[in-house]
Amino acid sequence: MRPGQISNCASGASFAALLLFLASPYLSADKTALDKAGRASQPGEECLACHGEKSLTTTRAGKTVSLFVEAKKFSASVHGSLGCTGCHADLEGKDLPHETPLARVNCGACHPSEMEQHARSLHGKAIARGDPLAPHCVDCHGNHDILPVKDSRSAVAPLKIPFVCGKCHQEGTPVQLNRPIPQSNILENYSESIHGEGLLRKGLIVAPSCISCHTAHLILPHTDPASSIARKNIAATCSRCHAEIEAVHRKVIRGELWQKQANVLPACVDCHQPHKIRKVFYTQGMADADCMRCHANEHLKRARDGASLYVPAAELENSRHAKVACSQCHSEVNASHVRPCETITRQVDCSSCHEHDEITRQYVSSTHGQLLAKNDPNAPTCKECHGNHGVLGKRDPQSPTFATNVPKLCARCHREGQKAAVRYTGRQHDIIEHYTESIHGKGLLKSGLTVTATCTSCHTAHRVLPRSDPESSVNSNNVPATCGQCHHGIEEQFENSIHAKRVAGSAKELPVCSDCHTAHSIRRTDEYGFRLDIMDKCGRCHGEVAKTYFDTYHGKVSRLGYTKTAKCYDCHGAHDVLPVADPRSHLSRANVATTCQKCHAGATRRFAGYLTHATHHDPRKYPFLFYTFWGMTALLVGTFFISGVHTLLWLPRAFQMRRELRAAETAETEPSQDETRGNAPGKEDAHAGA
Amino acid sequence: MPEPEKRQFVRFTRLHRIMHVGMIVSFMGLALTGLTLKFSYTGWAAVLSRLLGGFETAGYIHRSAAVVMFGIFVTHLVDLYRLKRRDYGSWRALLLGPSSMLPTRRDLAELAATLKWFVGQGPRPAYGRWTYWEKFDYFAVFWGIAIIGSTGLTLWFPVFFTRLLPGWFINVATIIHSDEALLATGFIFTVHFFNTHLRPEKFPMDIAIFTGRMPLAELKRDKPREYEALVASGKLEEKMEEAYPPIVIRAIRFFAWIALAVGFSIVLWILYAMLFAYR
Repeated sequence: MRPGQISNCASGASFAALLLFLASPYLSADKTALDKAGRASQPGEECLACHGEKSLTTTRAGKTVSLFVEAKKFSASVHGSLGCTGCHADLEGKDLPHETPLARVNCGACHPSEMEQHARSLHGKAIARGDPLAPHCVDCHGNHDILPVKDSRSAVAPLKIPFVCGKCHQEGTPVQLNRPIPQSNILENYSESIHGEGLLRKGLIVAPSCISCHTAHLILPHTDPASSIARKNIAATCSRCHAEIEAVHRKVIRGELWQKQANVLPACVDCHQPHKIRKVFYTQGMADADCMRCHANEHLKRARDGASLYVPAAELENSRHAKVACSQCHSEVNASHVRPCETITRQVDCSSCHEHDEITRQYVSSTHGQLLAKNDPNAPTCKECHGNHGVLGKRDPQSPTFATNVPKLCARCHREGQKAAVRYTGRQHDIIEHYTESIHGKGLLKSGLTVTATCTSCHTAHRVLPRSDPESSVNSNNVPATCGQCHHGIEEQFENSIHAKRVAGSAKELPVCSDCHTAHSIRRTDEYGFRLDIMDKCGRCHGEVAKTYFDTYHGKVSRLGYTKTAKCYDCHGAHDVLPVADPRSHLSRANVATTCQKCHAGATRRFAGYLTHATHHDPRKYPFLFYTFWGMTALLVGTFFISGVHTLLWLPRAFQMRRELRAAETAETEPSQDETRGNAPGKEDAHAGA
Repeated sequence: MPEPEKRQFVRFTRLHRIMHVGMIVSFMGLALTGLTLKFSYTGWAAVLSRLLGGFETAGYIHRSAAVVMFGIFVTHLVDLYRLKRRDYGSWRALLLGPSSMLPTRRDLAELAATLKWFVGQGPRPAYGRWTYWEKFDYFAVFWGIAIIGSTGLTLWFPVFFTRLLPGWFINVATIIHSDEALLATGFIFTVHFFNTHLRPEKFPMDIAIFTGRMPLAELKRDKPREYEALVASGKLEEKMEEAYPPIVIRAIRFFAWIALAVGFSIVLWILYAMLFAYR
């Protein structure tokens, strides 16, 4: 027995066991053991002749070591029945006093698997190297007084394990001082941790001790992949007790992902640092304080490119990730390094937490994600939009992803001249300016209506794809559904109209919302511009009717910029447009008068006989108009021809008359010419003055 | 310009003069606003429409002017009735008398004689109070008001008229209204302007319709038959009155110039629309 601490403890425990022994009536097992010991002690009596003396000592490596064997304890131990030579096999049949030193007892003879594990372990390898500090079996289990593990008096009973290990693994011990042990204050930290508190203060023997995580015999460094505390095994190790921990951490680990992708995801110890596991640390994240030792420095720069590595504490504190530890995002940190971050090889991967809602899958398939996959330097990653340490939820008005800030956010790249706009080859230009002036833009930015459509409402936030992509939310097949997210009633109408693919059953390209309303410059439909543009919009496909519409009153006044007159959709319906032959159409026989009455109160079925798309150039379709027009034209041409000829014939005579008149006037006025010239203006001036 | 004679022959009554000015104003208003609609496909119809206060205002102007013109039409009919009662006693006397606007056999003869004079085959006929082309102008307006007015009312109150007429009649009425109006504007701003104002011997304009007066010499020259009849009946002196002072004449000329300018602009616009932008 070497250190006094444990022997004191052990004797205390033996005393308690003794009391228990005296008081209890059963103890048949112990009795047998004692009997066995009594019998077995017989051959040991020879040994005890010397080793029963407390004064028997020897000197090993310059130290005086007691060779006393307490007979009572030995006979009470699990090995009591084996006698001395059961372990000290080299003394079998030897004369006494025997030669010294004895060979080391080979526990592996009876405990081969433990021995084998120990040999593979860090401790075993140290022994093989001849490390004098390496622990042998006896250093943990004791020698002559080994009790069953389940016996609370055992040296390796759960309650004692921390101290058994702590013999070497605490501050100030030669092992801690001279060997590369990455952790410090292990025993102290442990005894203050929730595990240590449970075990040592509350006496919960199911609370984990050192061997619960490190195993008893196969102790390996965490860098060894076979180790129970290797990064990829740590989750399995912890979940031996915390079996349901995945459910608690479902946002982080989504099922068994934590065990499968331990390299991507934070391991337990990234947050719950080994040995220090304490409730109080959770709120801020275990390692944050450690990280901030360096990263609170405003001037901290990355050596590679001089990028700032400063993490403003206040920003982090107010962010949505305030309760997320640094290491949860910056995975691959190694808590046992002085700079835990030096083991990081990858960038932050948000998908480790945000995969559950398919955001990652969406992002990867989006144009943004595809660019990133091609290593395009312009590709926006999560942080481009969401920010990094100060990330805020989209419901926070300060967040760049808050509805009213989204246009500004997208504009950073999509404004004309910016990096996304310059690579764009489509037809949409000045989208930010147009959007700002659109009804959506005004609603959002001027009226501050956060429910108004912003960029992401139509293009989605993470599944942004070009219009040409059939998967895109703005692909013409999907536009009605996209707009229908808000304009549901309209979408329902539209889906029953002749413009809907389902109804038209046509292979031709059919109009969708954006074809009439445009994409970014959507206006109020009662505004001047929209009402005047609509004829051109309808006319893109319905060319002939649009043309003849302009030949009739409604079209002509529309041309002059009058909005209150009937436009295409005023009669045909806007979203519920149907062929005139359809009984549900606004222009069906049954409905047409009502439709006219919207403007012309009292209109009758006969009134509706007005030809709104008539032309006088078609004698077969509109004979009345055709012949009226040509009759009027004939009248016009006839009248002008006759009066024109009359006038032309008149001209020469008229000139002749003019010449004659002038001559007569001159003859009349010549004598008094000067007088007239002198007087006339004066007279006129007088009158003008009056 | 020669000094106007102090006393001039009164050709038009005050009412006639007022009616003609009212006619000019309302006709210009109708033509300008109506043609913007007819030629809405030309760029400057839109400009003009906007200048007139937008299509809606243009519509109000058009209908107000129509009301004025209807008023003039009715006033004229009432005036005829009054003339009949006061001066003639019977419709027969009024309509068949020397001052009648109705075309007569003599008008036909004068037309033939005038054509002869045009080609140098005879002297200038001795016209009476109303020449045949003046009568034509009169009936052009009379007819125009009836046709354009009735179709205009149909277009103004389509709901009412389609109780009696089929819906497509509105389309027919539109064509009649607009083409007849084109005829009217075209005729007034070319033929009427030429016959009464731009004729070389009258150039640039004859302001008799505004002053109501014309120099006696002119009456002798242009309406010799009327002059002789007046001299014979001794009523000429009754019809002579003081000429207007030059400032009034200038004001009248100013107004007439505007009317002429507007009229010619409209003619140019119609020509442009018909020749280069017609559809």
